[in-house]
Amino acid sequence: MLIVHIAVTMLLGAGIFFTLVGSIGLLRFPDFYTRLHATGKCDTLGGGLIILGALIYHFFAYPETPLVPAKLAFLIFFIFIANPTATHALMKAAFKTGLKPWRLGEERR
Amino acid sequence: MITIFWVTLLLIAVTIGLSLYRAVAGPGVFNRMAAVNIIGTKTIAFLVVMGYYFERPYFFDIALLYAMVNFIGTLIFAKYLERGELC
Repeated sequence: MLIVHIAVTMLLGAGIFFTLVGSIGLLRFPDFYTRLHATGKCDTLGGGLIILGALIYHFFAYPETPLVPAKLAFLIFFIFIANPTATHALMKAAFKTGLKPWRLGEERR
Repeated sequence: MITIFWVTLLLIAVTIGLSLYRAVAGPGVFNRMAAVNIIGTKTIAFLVVMGYYFERPYFFDIALLYAMVNFIGTLIFAKYLERGELC
């Protein structure tokens, strides 16, 4: 049981690290496209790692309910498809409405 | 193990607060919409960990439902901003 706890702690810590890096990128980058570049990937991987840690903990701690890890696996699958699609749709909408990308030397916006 | 879940909840709440600054102060509607999408994704992970902290297994169904609602909401909002109409 100790090895499972260590593995779950490492997965949750890695997920929190990626989520925190994505949030700092959302705060600090100068432009809409670079902000989506930071958060679209970091947040997908971070949320997936956190839910994967919860799945492994449930699989070994409560083996009498095998339906919940199946639900969590479907949730990881759905996030890994849906989140990049939503990011792509937002970025395409912003590009078609004429939002120019940021060049070096311009002011932050 | 309950302490690790509590620390995870606290740190996800901190990242949601950091993203909420961009949702409030970001210039333009696209920055705000991106921040709302990111907050929705973090809320899914928050709900899953919260199910273990309070030992209620119903939170996973709420997380599944929230994932679908967040995805459809962002997609419809992007379509509306791109075309100016919904159909």
